[in-house]
Amino acid sequence: MAAAAPKPEATRPNVGGLQLPAGLSVAVLGPVIALALACVFFATQSDHFLSGANFSLILQQVAVVGVIAIGQTLVILTGGIDLSCGMLMALGGIVMTRFATTLGMPPVLAIGCGIGVTALFGLVNGLLVTRIRLPSFIVTLGTMNIAFAATQLYSGAQTVTDLPPLMTALGDTFSIGSTQFAWGTVAMLALYAVAWFVLRETAAGRHVYAVGNNPEATRLVGIATQRVLLVVYVVAGALYGVASMLSVARTGVGDPNAGQTDNLDAITAVVLGGTSLFGGRGVIVGSLVGALVVGVFRNGLTLMGVSSIYQVLVTGVLVILAVTADQLSRRGAR
Amino acid sequence: MLKIASPLLAVAVLAGSASLAAAADQPVIGLITKTDTNPFFVKMKEGATEMAKSKGARLITAAGKQDGDNAAQVTAIENMITAGAKTIMITANDSKAIVPAIQKARAKGVMVIALDSPTDPQDATDALFATDNYKAGILIGEYAKAALGGKPAHIVTLDLFPGHPVGAQRHNGFMKGFGLAAPDAKVNELGKAPEIVCQADSYGDQAKGQTAMENCLQKNPDVNVIYTINEPAAAGAFTALKRAGKEKGVIIVSVDGGCAGIRNVKAGVIQATSQQYPLKMASLGVAAGVDYATKGTKVSGYTDTGVTLIADKAMPGVESKDSKVGESLCWGK
Repeated sequence: MAAAAPKPEATRPNVGGLQLPAGLSVAVLGPVIALALACVFFATQSDHFLSGANFSLILQQVAVVGVIAIGQTLVILTGGIDLSCGMLMALGGIVMTRFATTLGMPPVLAIGCGIGVTALFGLVNGLLVTRIRLPSFIVTLGTMNIAFAATQLYSGAQTVTDLPPLMTALGDTFSIGSTQFAWGTVAMLALYAVAWFVLRETAAGRHVYAVGNNPEATRLVGIATQRVLLVVYVVAGALYGVASMLSVARTGVGDPNAGQTDNLDAITAVVLGGTSLFGGRGVIVGSLVGALVVGVFRNGLTLMGVSSIYQVLVTGVLVILAVTADQLSRRGAR
Repeated sequence: MLKIASPLLAVAVLAGSASLAAAADQPVIGLITKTDTNPFFVKMKEGATEMAKSKGARLITAAGKQDGDNAAQVTAIENMITAGAKTIMITANDSKAIVPAIQKARAKGVMVIALDSPTDPQDATDALFATDNYKAGILIGEYAKAALGGKPAHIVTLDLFPGHPVGAQRHNGFMKGFGLAAPDAKVNELGKAPEIVCQADSYGDQAKGQTAMENCLQKNPDVNVIYTINEPAAAGAFTALKRAGKEKGVIIVSVDGGCAGIRNVKAGVIQATSQQYPLKMASLGVAAGVDYATKGTKVSGYTDTGVTLIADKAMPGVESKDSKVGESLCWGK
């Protein structure tokens, strides 16, 4: 689709970045409206829904998938997809917890090693995508399985417990007024702020959009598209490692069975947030909104006493609506 | 790639069948587990391996790729028949979908034994060696009732996921043990009662169990009894309570008896758990397989492999063993 881009785009390679404010209003507003409607609905259904404590809780619950979704958004913006993210998150968590416990490494260093391992996997993903020109879907399907096997083998399928307190510190809370917030939530919001700034305000960020929009045109204006892609995969890998850290802090253990559905959960969040699976279009904050939509439904339905299977149903419907809206708006733009 | 791989594969298959032929007089017994990774199935395999060694049988094993993977188990049944297995033990990933493959095997004279969970219908296999999950639920229900001692109950149930028979049996058994009006062991739906203030799915997963418990605490902060489908879900529930500063005086009960779970009983995280015995299921199965191969006698019907209530604080009128006993019989690390 990108190859058939009309002339104006070819002459203005940064158009992907410049187009944002006008072209994405529907894509951004859609998920926000869905989130708002869901909140209003649950507020009328349960007395416990509308409280600072409950919202803080939902933010904590979406932090892990939310951070994974940042990396996933970067990859999807370039026109790729990353299936390995959830398993890398699990692997990073096992590496950091085992390094800290069985090897007795200082917690900060162990966390660094965990993030290093997931970044290394990101590098492998990136090299295979850029050097051998394999489709990201297949490459990350492979690394997903490798990471899963590595997690099981290295952990012996056993949960890692008795972690040093520093490793779970991000799971601790602080109070604003009477509401408790977790440091993990702060970390996630900070990462979104940084990602938003980089994607919107820096040349590097615009290159990410440009590569996804029209790789050929981008290359012709002298941007090293392969290097942009490689950096995106490495950064995404490192972000999955940060998600491992948040997951370990939240649950207080290294869980070899963590993250099994997180790749699809993260893709769901990104798509619900209005980022186009064809690449080049999307706003990073939308992914947070997408993750929150899922979190709000899970929380609200439990408060209502309704089976969680309805959350799965609603998520499915919303995903279809989101991609349909994206497709229609693309057609309108052409 | 393919062209290189297939001759190699052919050689491997030939080598495999050659070694089979060499040991033709040895009874061959197959074991198919749900997955390779769950410590429960690792222990099961261990039990089967030991028994096979002592009885002079040859054990071949296979597993699904993940929970729910039926196709891999069908393939495994076919391969094991080809490999000359006369007995196949299986923990079915999909209790209904596996039945046609089992029927084909039985039509060829293979004895099929279901381990851990029944097929649907149960008589699709020759025999079933499994925990009585309803009874496992009753034991922890009785314990929780006694431990609560007359106080009004505010119960949270962290269940498996909708529609799974084991999830329903444990949940409904717990209700019955607690003295609530409960569906019987054959019902595949979760019972409800006013005392159960919040019911949520944990998928037997620690992180999801924690999330479910957090949401339930929002709904009802004065929870005092928590039923959990398994010990990872119980650990997740405890983390949620601890973060909310509400872990004191709450009774958490569970089912499984894995070593990590028993350690949590010792640590006071879980007050009581119903321990089940995967090693016994598999070793009984191998023994039956050897009998079939040597004497031609088949086993049939349901064999309860037993369940023991493990709790460090014994309750009057409820029979239990302490965590030391639990540790000596547990599975996993």
